[in-house]
Amino acid sequence: MLALAAAVDTAAAADAARGQELYESRCGGCHSLDANRVGPAHRGVYGRKAGSAPNFSYSTAVRNATVVWQERTLDAWLTNPQALIPGQRMNFRVALPEDRADIIAYLRQQSGQ
Amino acid sequence: MTRIDLRRRGLLSASGVTVLSASAVALLAGCEKMAAAQGSGASAANDVGILNTALALEYEAISAYQLGAQSGLLQKPVLDVAVLFQTHHKEHRDALIATIRKLGGTPVAAKSDAEVAQALNASMLKTQADVLRLAQRLEKGAANAYIGVIPSFGDRGLAQVSARLAADEAMHWTVLTQALKDPLPAKALSFGA
Repeated sequence: MLALAAAVDTAAAADAARGQELYESRCGGCHSLDANRVGPAHRGVYGRKAGSAPNFSYSTAVRNATVVWQERTLDAWLTNPQALIPGQRMNFRVALPEDRADIIAYLRQQSGQ
Repeated sequence: MTRIDLRRRGLLSASGVTVLSASAVALLAGCEKMAAAQGSGASAANDVGILNTALALEYEAISAYQLGAQSGLLQKPVLDVAVLFQTHHKEHRDALIATIRKLGGTPVAAKSDAEVAQALNASMLKTQADVLRLAQRLEKGAANAYIGVIPSFGDRGLAQVSARLAADEAMHWTVLTQALKDPLPAKALSFGA
């Protein structure tokens, strides 16, 4: 219960503007909002089923996953992608909870939610 | 139109025999024992997945520098630096391909320069500074990507290789930042953050 409350607090305090800076410096090596590159395009990712960005060639694991990207699942994904979806190909981790929260806030904003 | 000489270094092919560059061989020196020891398994498969993602990133960097060089926007000596950095990325590519194969994996294929140009919105590049800004952004992203996957490697030798690759990308970022006359980071630990 305490962990859940902490997660809600982190999400409520998230800073989408800082999340944009983090997104560009940390995620921008492989991702863009509107183009599939090394990783899939991210605009609209919040609320989308994993493995469903149009025209991106996903790993079998992500394509077959039933995960829907929202606060909790994105936090788990950025903490340790392999723990959430074994067999995925990203493997990039964001260590600090506040950084993850800000990145997620930015992705949510860019998804119109 | 300037062409980057694809034969300068990196993966040299003669009579169907692939020859690794000296730096690729050096990078792999600690990995041969590792590859033999690991054999198969989920950890090795995951490491191959990380290396293949890194390979896709290196392919994109090679194409980005190719696009920059062909744009006609880069003047000497900046053009020479871009060619040198592209050579570094080709050596990274070669080392990654060799390591993936040693681990029993299949290297991913590169996208075409045209596909990369579209994804990176290269048609919007109008000046030398635009090209340098794109390269600077990609180099920082690449350095951070290599740092961010370090905890996920099952093999510590490969984690060290990832750190060495990140250091090369950080060096590229620093030179590009100087060329753009941007300020250097005021605080320490600016990468991976």
